[in-house]
Parts: sequence; structure tokens; C-alpha cells
Amino acid sequence: MTREITLSKAVNEAIAEEMRRDPTIFLLGEDVAEAGTPFKVLSGLVEEFGTERIIDTPISEPGFMGMAVGAAMTGSRPIVDLMFGDFLYLVMDQLCNQAAKTHYMSGGKLKVPLVLRTNMGATRRSAAQHSQSLQAIVAHIPGLKVAMPSSAYEAKGLLKTAIRDDNPVVIFEDKLMYQDKAPVPEEEYLIPFGQANIKREGRDVTLVATSSMVQVAEEAAETLAREGISAEVIDPRTIVPLDEQTIIDSVRKTSRAIVIDEGHQSYGVTAEIAARISEKAFYHLDAPVIRMGAMDVPVPFSPALEDLTVPTSEGVAENARRICRGELVHAA
Amino acid sequence: MSAARKKHNTEDYLRMYKQMVRIRAFEDKANQLYLSAKMPGLTHMYSGQEAVAVGICEALTDEDRITSTHRGHGHCVAKGANFREMFCELLGKEEGYCRGKGGSMHIADQANGNLGANAIVGGSMGIATGAALSAKRLGKDFVTVCFFGDGATAQGLWYEVMNMAALWKLPVIYACENNGYSEYTKTDEIAAGSLVKRAEAFGIEAFQVDGQDVLAVNELTSRLAGRCRKGEGPFFIELDTYRYHGHHVGDINRDYYRTKEEEAEWKDIRDPITNFGKSLIDQKMFTAEELVAIDNDIAADAEAAVDYALKAPYPDGSEVDMHVFAGVDHALDYLRGAR
Repeated sequence: MTREITLSKAVNEAIAEEMRRDPTIFLLGEDVAEAGTPFKVLSGLVEEFGTERIIDTPISEPGFMGMAVGAAMTGSRPIVDLMFGDFLYLVMDQLCNQAAKTHYMSGGKLKVPLVLRTNMGATRRSAAQHSQSLQAIVAHIPGLKVAMPSSAYEAKGLLKTAIRDDNPVVIFEDKLMYQDKAPVPEEEYLIPFGQANIKREGRDVTLVATSSMVQVAEEAAETLAREGISAEVIDPRTIVPLDEQTIIDSVRKTSRAIVIDEGHQSYGVTAEIAARISEKAFYHLDAPVIRMGAMDVPVPFSPALEDLTVPTSEGVAENARRICRGELVHAA
Repeated sequence: MSAARKKHNTEDYLRMYKQMVRIRAFEDKANQLYLSAKMPGLTHMYSGQEAVAVGICEALTDEDRITSTHRGHGHCVAKGANFREMFCELLGKEEGYCRGKGGSMHIADQANGNLGANAIVGGSMGIATGAALSAKRLGKDFVTVCFFGDGATAQGLWYEVMNMAALWKLPVIYACENNGYSEYTKTDEIAAGSLVKRAEAFGIEAFQVDGQDVLAVNELTSRLAGRCRKGEGPFFIELDTYRYHGHHVGDINRDYYRTKEEEAEWKDIRDPITNFGKSLIDQKMFTAEELVAIDNDIAADAEAAVDYALKAPYPDGSEVDMHVFAGVDHALDYLRGAR
């Protein structure tokens, strides 16, 4: 029987295994060494690899992000730890104007093999600047790959692939899932980018969900199954590149689709995937494709308000019921 | 590129002279290409600042890295680039250093250690400092010089990376080319206090040097690069210099921010090429005729490279989605999940 470990441990193992394999890898960020990050994801790494390779930086996100770009261009393979996804706004120039474009602007001469690990996810009562899910903003920029692990298994396999990739890769870990356990093999494995995982097969409706929304979709699918509605759950695993074919094949089979992601709904990941389904499976659809993202408001602090802003399994199940009944569902 | 040497000799002086003349010749041609509407977009002239790029790059080895700026042709030439690939890049041609994808503001020449020009003011300060971190971590001997202008000292990024460079004793030299103008604004109006003291506040040894004196720049840089290799970095140099043209080639009417008398004074009295040439003649290393012959040869080289680049083919349209990702031939197929 496969052991079960937490997502946090899976990330830690992936980094340790890769750092043992390749001496050019180092990790930098705020409070990553002795503190092991506020979420303790990196605990123990500095003891094995020392402060030369697990580097505590000042609170200077643009500075250390920029340095990672320069290090990546000159033979190193840095892993950047960005303590909260919300801090992406601080590093946008270095990530989007520098890291993402260097290979292209140099006509393929310069490479930027770096990984930016950060997090996402609301409902931790952390208010508007520590709760955002900003994957759509990064996915919009050509030259960046974007991975969204949905469990400890994905977290490890995708991170190892990211570290070996010769391009800048941004990984969003849902901070509410760090203590969630999942079966993770002892032996080495990698998960390729651009290959979606069909988490559950179904006939009546396709639920395309990212990161922690995969759990939400699976719960909804359980509920729906008891009511005689068969839902297929697809986890794209990476949104850049996106495995369109698996999604389109599923929708052609089920004729209905709901796309669930925790980023803001407008101009978001759900909109992009819904548009591709509409373009490529339109004549197979029996209902409009539904987007379910986070409400288009800053994340509120009060639990009474915050819980209203994120997609829930009840909400997904209700939308699925309605489109399966032939009702028209308007986007929130 | 010559390796850093402890003592200069006639050969070194000749190289420095030639490299400065090459930059001036390149820029004169680039300006003509713009004025005759043969160049797409616009560009920023380095003319007047040649002693900075040449004095510094002649103190570096091929392995040493530089990061460059939007006013970067001088750095590129000084670090060893060829006219032909440079003009091809400026014109968006396939044979350009970046296959026409970068242009004037993003020209990069990896083979000679040029990590690229950068169109974000101050945008390469992190890259240069990270390259120095790479050298230290990987046990490599190379030094990185970060070129930037006085305008870039207003960017917060510089203070973040200087702090880390000083904390971790990184082999990086911050070379601030103070040409007196932050785009269309006098530097005095945008910079409070002293730039040198800003670096010194981080415990970084800082120097001010006449950026029109190629030998002074070269001597200082040679010394600091050597000290960087011994783990004594980082360093800061403020180089006082002047840009002959406007902020970019289209900035022709400049009376509202600086006088023609000021421009004439720098060109007549402090030109780095004229003055260095005179000193070579005074020291009887070369005759005036020999230097004129060198100037003419270089001008002919530039002319030939421009002619070549004008006739060179553009990249095939199929290249538009190449080089988005390393290891991926065509990004558009890849982004849709093609295997």
C-alpha cells in the first residue's frame, strides 16, 4: 500500500530530491532557512543543504526575483519562494518583463530555468492581501508555464518537472491544502506538463477544476451521483500549457461543462477554458458553459462574507443539476 | 576581447582607441538609418559615452558578464560584438544577434558575456546581481558589471539588490553612467544628495571617475574586477559623462532642457575619442595620419555592415512563435497541449 504524506511534505521531498541530484539548484526567499517558511513547508532543508543553497533574503521581493532571473541565465537553477501569492504584484516586472521574455527577446540564446513557488486560496481569514489566487494574471503572459497541483501527489510530480524545465515555471500551491494527505509513491516519478488527469469518469456533465477546486468538484460529483447525475471531473494540472484535447473530448461526450477555479471569475482561468470549450465543442453542447470563479470582489475578512466569495461543492452541484434539467443558468 | 592585463601597452591603447571609434561609427550609421526611415522603431544613441563602455569592457575577460541598458549599443560593441549581426538585429533581420526578435533595446550577445540590453530603466540590476550570485555559488571566476544610467538610480530595485550584494559580498560592479539627463530631465532635478554616498550607505566602496577618460576608467575597473575575483566585491562607480544626442534619435529639439552651448562644450573640449587620440599622438605612439586611416577603415566596415544588413532577409514568418519556450519548437501548438 502506498504511503500517504501531506502536500507540504511532498513539496519538501521534491525539492530535496532535486537538490541532491543537481548541485546548480538553490532556493531563495524570505524565512526559508531556519524558519522553513511560515507554513513550515521547507523545514529541514537548510540542515541538509546549508545556508549556501537555502538562502534567506531580506524582504525584497523584486530584488530576489530579479536575482533569480540573472542566476538562471548564468548556469544556476534557482527556486524562488514567494511567501504569499499576493506578493506577485511586487515581482511583476522581474517575472513578466524579464524572466518571461528573455528567451524570446534573445532569439533563443538565453535561458531562464527557474521555478517560482507561491500559494493561493481564500477562506483562511487572512483578508484581501493574503488570500488571492492570481494564476490568471501569470497565465496571461507568454513565456511562463503555470502549474496548479490538486494534491500531494501532483505537488511532488509537477514540482520535480518544473525544476527540470528550462523555462520559468510558476507553481501555485493552495495554502489550505498543505496539511492534506494523499498517497505518494516512495519511488521517483514526474508528472509531465500539459497532460490533464481524468479524476472521475462520467457521462452527463464535465467539471473542469483546478487546485483545491478539484476536491470541490469531486464532492459535487459524489452528491450528483446519488441523484443519478454522472459527472466527469478533469484536473488540467497545468493551465499553461493546457491539455485542451482531454477537456474537449470529455465535453463532446457529456455535452455540458462547468469550469471551476478560485481566481476571480471575470477575465479569469474559468473564462479562458470556457471559451476554448465553446469554440471547439460548440455543436456538442446542450447548455452554455458555466464559469465558477471567485466572486469579483476583494477577499473580505469577515468569515460571514469570505465564505460567500468562493465556489462550493453545493454551488457546483446545483449548477450541474440545473443544466442537466435544461434550465438556463446565468453566470454570477 | 583582450584579457585583463596589469600593464597597458601600445596594443591595448590601440584596441581602446579602435573600440571607441567603432562605437561612434556604429551610432553614426544607426542614426542615419533612423533619419532615412530605413530602421523600424527608434533607438538611443551612445555617442559621447564611449570611454565608459570601452574602459570597463577592456578590463574584463570574455567570461565576465555585463548587463546593458536601452542605450546599449556601446556596451555591446565594447564587449566584442560584430557590426554585421548588430545592424541585422537593429533592422529586424534573421541574422541579427537575436534573430530580429529583440532589436536595439534588447540586443544580447551571450557568446561574449552580454546578458542583454534592457528596455526597463534599472530592469537589469537584479539580473546582474543574480549573475554574481551564480558565480559565487557555482565557484566560477567571472565578474558581472551592471551598466545603468543616472535615471535608474531612482528605481527601488537598485537598493534591494545592492543590499543583498553587500550582505553576500557578490562579485558585481555597479557602473552608473551619469550623463546628466534622466530622459528629458536634468539629473539634479531627480536625484537628491550624492549617488556615491547612497552606495556607501550599504558599506559598498564607491568611486567617482571621469567617464570621458578611457584610461582612468580602465585602470579603476581593472583594479575593482581583480578585487571582485578575490571576494572583495561589490563596488560602485559613478562615471561622469555626456550623451551627445537626445534621449532617443527622435529627440532633436532639445533647447527646452539643455543648451547648444553645453552640448558644444562637451563635444569640443571633453570628447573621449579626440582627447585619447591626441594623447596617443603626443606620446608619439601613433601619427595623426595613422589614426585617420584607422577611423576610415572602421567607417568602411560600418558602411559594409549596413549594406549587408539592409539586403539581409527578414526571419520567416514561421519563427514568430519560436523561442517562446526553450525546448519547444512552436509555442502555439504547445500551449494547446500538443504532445
